[in-house]
Amino acid sequence: MKFKVNNEEVFASTGGRPFDKNKPLIIFVHGSGLTHMTWVLQTRYFAFHGYSVLALDMPGHGLSSGKSLKSIEDMADWISNVIDAVGYKEASLVGHSQGCLVTIECASRYPNKIKTLSLMGGAGAIPMNPELLALAENNDPKAVDLMMDWAHGPAGHFGGHPVPGLYHINTGGMLAKSRTIKDTLGVDFRACDNYKNGFVAAKTIKIPTLSILATDDKMCPVKEGKKLANLIEGSQVDIIDNCGHMMLLEEADRVLKVLKKFITTHYPVVTK
Amino acid sequence: MSDKEKKKISPKTYKFDTLSLHAGYQPHKNAGSRQVPIYQTTSYLFDDVDHAAALFNLERGGHIYSRISNPTVGVLEERVASLEGGTAALATSSGMSAIFLTVMTLCEAGDHLVVSSQLYGGTVNLFRLTLPKFGIKCTFVKPRDTEGFKKAIQKNTKGIFGELVGNPGNELMNMPEIAKIAHEEGIPLIIDATYQTPYLCKPFEHGADLVVHSLTKWMAGHGSSMAGILVEGGNFDWMQNDKFPTMTKPYEGYHGLSFAEEFGPTAFTMKARAEGMRDFGPCLSPQNAWNVLQGIETLSVRMKKHCSNAEEMVKYLLAHESVAWVSHPSVPDHPDHELAKKLLPNGRGSMIAFGIKGGKDAGVAFINNVKLASHLANVGDTRTLVIHPASGTHSQMDEATLKFAGLSHDMIRLSVGIEDIDDIKNDFEVGFRAARKPRLVSNQ
Repeated sequence: MKFKVNNEEVFASTGGRPFDKNKPLIIFVHGSGLTHMTWVLQTRYFAFHGYSVLALDMPGHGLSSGKSLKSIEDMADWISNVIDAVGYKEASLVGHSQGCLVTIECASRYPNKIKTLSLMGGAGAIPMNPELLALAENNDPKAVDLMMDWAHGPAGHFGGHPVPGLYHINTGGMLAKSRTIKDTLGVDFRACDNYKNGFVAAKTIKIPTLSILATDDKMCPVKEGKKLANLIEGSQVDIIDNCGHMMLLEEADRVLKVLKKFITTHYPVVTK
Repeated sequence: MSDKEKKKISPKTYKFDTLSLHAGYQPHKNAGSRQVPIYQTTSYLFDDVDHAAALFNLERGGHIYSRISNPTVGVLEERVASLEGGTAALATSSGMSAIFLTVMTLCEAGDHLVVSSQLYGGTVNLFRLTLPKFGIKCTFVKPRDTEGFKKAIQKNTKGIFGELVGNPGNELMNMPEIAKIAHEEGIPLIIDATYQTPYLCKPFEHGADLVVHSLTKWMAGHGSSMAGILVEGGNFDWMQNDKFPTMTKPYEGYHGLSFAEEFGPTAFTMKARAEGMRDFGPCLSPQNAWNVLQGIETLSVRMKKHCSNAEEMVKYLLAHESVAWVSHPSVPDHPDHELAKKLLPNGRGSMIAFGIKGGKDAGVAFINNVKLASHLANVGDTRTLVIHPASGTHSQMDEATLKFAGLSHDMIRLSVGIEDIDDIKNDFEVGFRAARKPRLVSNQ
């Protein structure tokens, strides 16, 4: 579905079901340089089970127009604007990687709007490897190759995609190359590197929060994820073995199972 | 930054030979079985009704029924996708069914394709005779006529199709240039890369959007199992124009799903599986998938030997008194020699076409007298294979079609195997001696 925020067209997948304002809203926020398609194995389930789903393409990414936002703070405000634009007063947020920084900041800034927070491969800060950052800002496709290498665990490097016939690393790489690398990945990496408010924001969050972490995550290691989770009151943590940073694809079923239990418990569909 | 530091940040993703052995399979999810298990089953248990619905709605990955997908076949699909540098793949019961499925996923009645004229005879018949029955028409263009591909495109053209190296004449399509033509028109380039395998050429690196293979040939190598595959490059934007409504508009068969919006770089494969395998059902058996996997494990080792033997045979044939001409991209005066160096850097393949002096009669005598080389309708076996196309693989063509496809009555198609090269040459000497006999008789 397409709608406008700040006069720019936004694309969001609704998970294969019509968007229905009478249903509770879940917003999925992708990681650096990626698109709504990373969420396909989570969004469709919720869309078919009583929720309205928006898996966003951030500005300048995927099918959304405009330019990439340059700071995590701007992205957090933009998410709030999305909620307004689609006519809701509240939403549940799900973020991956950079999307975790965005959703933490958003939940901290707009405590009355955000009802639950689900963080996958999250950390309070995501400082970038300087060489990787330079490659992305210089539009070098090697940045994508490195990201795909580091983002997948040892098992994920062999494949084993939950959808028969799909190959993880090449699919992720193609998503990250779908727009100009320096304008998406380059801007996103810089925004992550610059963001310093994650731990401060986390301390202010009082809503139910879930962190899904993976033992083989090189980009946001378990210890960093736990450090963040420990700052959020009552935060729930789930750790997946033999899995890397791209857990939402590498271990899609496990992620969905945990996410399903968390969201249906803390943000249930109320039948009128 | 020092050289040492630069080296440190290079991607450590697995390379071709490693992927040939490991891609698509995780032993820890299969009882620790080191070899890929053969899931000889038709169907799969659902955890509950909700799980069943989730699988049917494409909410979750997984298997329902082996016509649609199977875990053993899935390993093969991922393995080939990884080797080709593709995002996704769909294995089929044969190479021909992979082509049919690709066309039926791409086109509707009233659509048109531009097709290389130099193809396997069965493929020619599919495009020339069978697809028109479904309302899909084709215009054939000679593979070297790059501008001809452009001129043949119509408003309703949905793609360009060809074999990178044509069967059996060994004429190359200028893939990068033809890809540009296709993309300027907003349509995909589909390449049958059976002759090359991803070891010799990765068409996605040269602009192709979809690749099909007969896995029966070099990929398997052993000549024991029929199989085909469709591989998606993931780079084609189906939403750039309104030519592909079945990819971009809500699809009634899956609750209004738009494949392009939902699956992006894997949309074509998802549609081919969800619709094509559901409705046509040309599925690959798990046993055959496993057999092909055994072949792929040694792909690069075999292809090196195929290519070195082929180059030896080219030299031998060029110097032979019974041979009128030799066509192989490694020959310096082959019209596509330079293009082949660019597109096939690891070797020019093991298919040779040559003309035998004495025409059709000599060809028949040669075929009937070789003993090591097998006379059969296949290519890409580890064993050396020969056939006389005009009376075999392309025999259903009329004279004019044969000529347009670049075939002549003196042509022998040779698929060079990996036997000892001296034994192949010795066998050919027997064939050539027999081929000379009828000419001597007729000259008297």
